[in-house]
Amino acid sequence: MQFRIYRYNPETDREPYMQSYTLDRVENGMMLRDALLVIKAEQDSTLTFRHSCGEGVCGSDGMNINGTNKLACTTRLSELKEPVEVRPLPGQPVIRDLVVDLTQFFRHYRAVRPYLTAKSPEPEVERLQTPEEREQLDGLYECILCACCSTACPSYWWNPEKFRGPAALLQSARFLADSRDEDTDRRLDELEGPYKLFRCHTIQNCTSVCPKGLNPSRAIGDIRKLMLRRNL
Amino acid sequence: MRRRFDTLVIGSGGGGLRAALQLAQAEATVAVVSKVFPTRSHTVAAQGGMNAALANVLPDNWHWHMYDTVKGSDYLGDQDAIEYMCRAAAHLVVELEHAGVPFSRLDNGKIYQRPFGGQSQNFGGEQAARTCAAADRTGHAILHTLYQQNIRSRTHFFDEYFAIDLIRDRQGYVLGALVLEIETGEPLLIEAKTTLIATGGVGQLFRTNTNAYINTGDGMAMALRAGIPVQDMEFFQFHPTGIAGKGMLISEGVRGEGGYLINGEGERFMERYAPKARDLASRDVVSRAITTEIREGRGCGPDRNYVELKLDHLGEKTIAKRLPAIRQMVQTFLHIDPAREPVPVFPTAHYTMGGIPTDRAGRVVVPEKEGEEPIPGLYAVGECACVSVHGANRLGGNSLLDIVVFGRAAGNDILRFLEENRRHRPLDQESVDRALERLGRWERPDGTESVAGLRSELQQTMEHYCGVFRTEEVLQEGLQKVLDIHKRLSDVRLDDHSRVFNTARIEALELENLVELGIATVTSALARKESRGAHSRIDYPERDDEHWLKHTLFYREGRALDFKPVRLKPLSVAPFPPKPRTY
Repeated sequence: MQFRIYRYNPETDREPYMQSYTLDRVENGMMLRDALLVIKAEQDSTLTFRHSCGEGVCGSDGMNINGTNKLACTTRLSELKEPVEVRPLPGQPVIRDLVVDLTQFFRHYRAVRPYLTAKSPEPEVERLQTPEEREQLDGLYECILCACCSTACPSYWWNPEKFRGPAALLQSARFLADSRDEDTDRRLDELEGPYKLFRCHTIQNCTSVCPKGLNPSRAIGDIRKLMLRRNL
Repeated sequence: MRRRFDTLVIGSGGGGLRAALQLAQAEATVAVVSKVFPTRSHTVAAQGGMNAALANVLPDNWHWHMYDTVKGSDYLGDQDAIEYMCRAAAHLVVELEHAGVPFSRLDNGKIYQRPFGGQSQNFGGEQAARTCAAADRTGHAILHTLYQQNIRSRTHFFDEYFAIDLIRDRQGYVLGALVLEIETGEPLLIEAKTTLIATGGVGQLFRTNTNAYINTGDGMAMALRAGIPVQDMEFFQFHPTGIAGKGMLISEGVRGEGGYLINGEGERFMERYAPKARDLASRDVVSRAITTEIREGRGCGPDRNYVELKLDHLGEKTIAKRLPAIRQMVQTFLHIDPAREPVPVFPTAHYTMGGIPTDRAGRVVVPEKEGEEPIPGLYAVGECACVSVHGANRLGGNSLLDIVVFGRAAGNDILRFLEENRRHRPLDQESVDRALERLGRWERPDGTESVAGLRSELQQTMEHYCGVFRTEEVLQEGLQKVLDIHKRLSDVRLDDHSRVFNTARIEALELENLVELGIATVTSALARKESRGAHSRIDYPERDDEHWLKHTLFYREGRALDFKPVRLKPLSVAPFPPKPRTY
């Protein structure tokens, strides 16, 4: 199987280039991460990428695979057209090869204050939440912060400093939807203005690439609805 | 470069983050060093849940939980620590709920609890339902929540820094650690009055394992190099239901929700091995049963080399609600829908019961004269530590509990230590130089062995010679092989000498750690001439309380072994004396 992989080492390369690799034995059920590991182990130990759990829960190995952002560990080789083109997540500064600098991505995450804020006194036991209230969090809390969505978003590419991006907004929606959270007004206040939330043009790349099948686009829509209702 | 903090936490899984949160809230200065971004830590992969006797579903109390944990440990667990953990459990689950963990809920709004292996009501009676769950993503829910609350408390994170070695002075105080910034390749010295090791287990010792690539036992190996022993390393848990041939974990929650195992003849074979608990017997019992079925020719598939986990009878609705991530994973990796077809499973290396010896305050302790002494300034919690609450076999759902209970306990004791030790001690240059030397070794360009080659050889050796069933002869052979790998380590060549994000160098440093722990594991397994919990010796099939009701300690120096008694006396209740263990 043929691969073309983005290479860049700032210490030795003046500019990035694509390097070809061939894998002779591709076993049934092999994932792209397995292929990268074989290439690193047997052909080129300098090939650099992040990865860890190997089962799509840690969010380390988001990369651009044949033009789409995916997790390498849950992407089957048999589903990929050759040569498989592997590039770093788009629009982010490249540290080396497939490793990008996600500082800004996490800055937006922190900026939406992604933690439960409850003001009423804590009971001795758990706060009660009905199964229906809890269901509101499904599709929101499962995010693994792989950055596939935000780095696939044209609005995020154009306004990376001002637009929070789908991943951070999904977190915001997760806490707005939580019946235990008591900070709705402040959460909405902080998303006011033309950029942080409203730069979303509903292009929906986020939703189509999310490796966990989440729907940030709908979450953003839900925040907008809350804003409108509040401003009426 | 140098930085100074009150506390250095190495590792950003649930144990490290629980401690860091408490310290940051108490306004200590805390640095959390992690070789990956915190939410990548392996806590994220825990599925089924966290045990606490909330009695939300069935009657329960902490004393029953304690009994189950002692029995599950095959009586090797320290009963003072187990009592402490089980008593604290309910409070800590509630605290996590208050912090925002999205637990699944019952109709009355309380936290959902499911049955798990080894659980009983009333000291060995009916099955209990003690495992608090957020669907089948409980670890993810807890880790993200703890990280989020740390953001709120302004904990200082050093993301993608790799810890090289502890700094320790001649008086034995631990003064922090030398770490490496992965992005730049620059070493950084972090001086701290207290250091907490929370680096997780060493599942990567085995070829097929449920663990993340990062689980290379870095903290345990650092402790060994600092002259501290590791305890009970012969006890490695093989989870009964890893995906056959691949290793991904299928939660015990599947059996808790009503799934069961069948062999090649379609038989529910666990009925023969554990008539009462059946598929919810302890993990060691179920893993041995599966291995026995396969050895005796009753496996499934063309090669009869796995058994099947059946859950299609649970129905679409239960699977969608309680086991959504398992279903997604099986679909991704096997291309089958577990709601329709059974899943091929095999016992898979999963959890390190052993680790750095600590007391129930999370303090690292070593034998001194008649008893034990803490190493001043050093703490360890979670899978890298051995308190020991899991003894010879951990119960499912007790790992997430362990990390938060002892994360808090360590946090408490660190605050006390900081009260009594207000200044940083002078730095020990010799110790810093030794750590730098370790790093320097990898600048050398010569050698003939490859990191990946040796790593894979080590993993195959451990799997083959130190697996579910063990004998003297096989372990002896395994030890020779691991020692040979250790020797060849000095001949490893590194082809990547770049400073920038050099993962080849990180993998070399991890391999050194793995080899240290491989030697510790096989040596300890060879010494223990009995079968207890996860350590099954075909040549010594019985538990031998007369000679072996004791903990093993392995020292790096001279590969020496020592032993210490099991703490059979709980804090307030009557001891549970060892008795035959049946399920």
